[in-house]
Amino acid sequence: MGKLTGAVRGTDTADTADTADTATAGAAAGDGAAGGEPGELVLDLAEMPTRQVNAALRALPDGARARLVNPAGRHNLAVGLSRAVRVTVAGPAGYYVGGLGEAAEVTVDGPVGWGAGENLMSGTVRVRGAASQSAAASAHGGLVVVEGDASLRAGISLKGGRLAVAGDVGRYCAFLAQAGTILVGGDAGDALGDSLYEAVIYVAGRVRGLGTDARISDLTDADVAAVRALAAQAGFDHVDPENVTRVASARQLYHFDTAHHGAY
Amino acid sequence: MPHPDTIDGPNPWPADKRYPPHHTFGPPVIAEIRERAELGRYPIRGWGARRAVPDFDDLLLLTASASRYPLEGYRERCDTRTVLGARRAARPVVLDIPITIAGMSFGSLSAPAKEALGRAASLVGTSTTTGDGGMTPEERSASTTLVYQCLPSRYGFNPVDLRAADAVEIVLGQGAKPGGGGMLLGQKVGARVAGMRTLPEGVDQRSASRHPDWTGPDDLKIKIEEIREVTDWQVPVYVKIGATRVDHDVRLAVAAGADVVVVDGMQGGTGATQDAFIEHTGIPTLAAVRLAAEALADLRLTGDVGLIISGGVRTGADVAKALALGADAVSLGVAPLVALGCNAPTYRRLAARTDGAGGSGGPGDEPAAAFAGVEVDVTTEYAALGTAAGHCTHCHTGRCPVGVTTQDDELAARLDPELGAHRVANYLRALAMETAMLARACGKSDVHRLEPEDLVALTVEAAAMAGVPLAGTDWIPGR
Repeated sequence: MGKLTGAVRGTDTADTADTADTATAGAAAGDGAAGGEPGELVLDLAEMPTRQVNAALRALPDGARARLVNPAGRHNLAVGLSRAVRVTVAGPAGYYVGGLGEAAEVTVDGPVGWGAGENLMSGTVRVRGAASQSAAASAHGGLVVVEGDASLRAGISLKGGRLAVAGDVGRYCAFLAQAGTILVGGDAGDALGDSLYEAVIYVAGRVRGLGTDARISDLTDADVAAVRALAAQAGFDHVDPENVTRVASARQLYHFDTAHHGAY
Repeated sequence: MPHPDTIDGPNPWPADKRYPPHHTFGPPVIAEIRERAELGRYPIRGWGARRAVPDFDDLLLLTASASRYPLEGYRERCDTRTVLGARRAARPVVLDIPITIAGMSFGSLSAPAKEALGRAASLVGTSTTTGDGGMTPEERSASTTLVYQCLPSRYGFNPVDLRAADAVEIVLGQGAKPGGGGMLLGQKVGARVAGMRTLPEGVDQRSASRHPDWTGPDDLKIKIEEIREVTDWQVPVYVKIGATRVDHDVRLAVAAGADVVVVDGMQGGTGATQDAFIEHTGIPTLAAVRLAAEALADLRLTGDVGLIISGGVRTGADVAKALALGADAVSLGVAPLVALGCNAPTYRRLAARTDGAGGSGGPGDEPAAAFAGVEVDVTTEYAALGTAAGHCTHCHTGRCPVGVTTQDDELAARLDPELGAHRVANYLRALAMETAMLARACGKSDVHRLEPEDLVALTVEAAAMAGVPLAGTDWIPGR
């Protein structure tokens, strides 16, 4: 790996300065000229391969900030981060942005490809645009926010994380979701909650159709509180917590039964 | 052939000999139809295919004579060292023997069984593999080299364990059920298993057959890159396939960036799968290894991309033949379980230890005398399951009488991890010695120098599948 060619300025900790050793051409400190803020590490993806970008991000200390410019839909950006850093992707990102992350806050100013925030453990992935398929797939913890629409299978296999989509979600949202919470600010497509386990879905708009073993259930005070908190954290002011549809598992398919053959 | 009764009087043959056996509707088929009619479900069981298919027993090694010089069997060195994943990973997997332990989950197996396999693998310098449900701390600490599986279910999958792994295996399928997802019936989904898998306790777990966040080889390439990024390109990435369209699948796995391709033939085992899947899908390991090896050769990647073969490997002769056909290593599942005590009529209740040996975390490779105890007969427990020692494939019930495939605390306690590790390590060493012995006899100073030219087939079918000549001829059917 090559050395940083430009000086890192505006940093105020020795730890941050150490990141210079892991960065390469294309890295610079934000001073406004490169689109970053003071103290923010700016990485120009037009000049850096993904491996060096992620290595530089992993080397950041807790509390550090970074901005990835010219992402051009690059896959696997900011994956596997394990520190409380803030990363902004200034443009579209490809597959798995912010995936397998812990503690980090990743924001994408643009649309994203498949699996945004997949297998997230903690922290946040925020998409200021639309998300393609399988957003927040298998997320164990943390929060994935999609400020636009999300395509098919959003929240598939969810394992305790939270997903908030401001707009609509496509078919099979929450397919096989095991635990966690999904809030849909718009409409939900067909087969919502198919084969759900213990995850819970709240839909502010219309539910086009339920999947196998999913059912609409009563909204409790605890649900309203949960939706209010999640909407507030996601920044959704168009969601009325007391006027959402709650979808959960009917728990009729948890065990083998001959009578279920036609159910799936 | 006996005949039915005639007008001349009763047939002298006993009733069960009076007619020839019905091939299409024989007694086993009749029993299965009756079972389906009675219970309205299909059979589920453990292990791999019962049916006879061409296998490594149908091949013979052409050891040395006048045209080849053998190495001294007990004097000259024959290397068994095996390196996997050196193409891209900073830390390739380096094994002392080309025999690894396949992925089997904690859940399907008991915690002592997983720990024993890890210890055994470490004792003989090879790797073991996690399974559906994630990595347990006991398994990680017991295993010097641990391969971490990334399965469609993603149960328990997390970046901490991912970075703690020595290799990552992305599982697309397995030989017992290519195209099918995992299965763990409710009786084995106890509190710990359920917690690791984020499932309700006691649920009949039927997990996904497709990964949740990618489809197809182009996506897989991106997924592999993600795994590499998260592991900082340190460890190899394996791709495991169930053997069906092997040529295509190996090529696609390689194109996606696999460092190692694991091909699991139809004899490969399972903890619980529908019998129809086990017996009627996929292709035999013998055919799979040849197809995979030829695909890599055609891509000029033999040796660069590793090939691990699994599914019905039992002996050092099997290992030698698999290596000769082009595998870099083999992977075993059922056989190490048998070494642990699976299907034994007894388990050993160890005498209390007073010598300070043993205890959790110890090395476990102790003399057999350290494992003195009383053999406890469990034949009645097999009978209660409707089976018998030597015939049991009832892993799915969770009532394993010898503590291997159970989550019941009392049953699991019947398997001592150190004794289990001792047995499995003995078994793996014996296989490695057999492999090297046969390689020496073929004139090879390294088991990886065995080659197809060292093999002939006993049957036309095996010759065609393995791509080696029928014994006594130079005929390879189809070539």
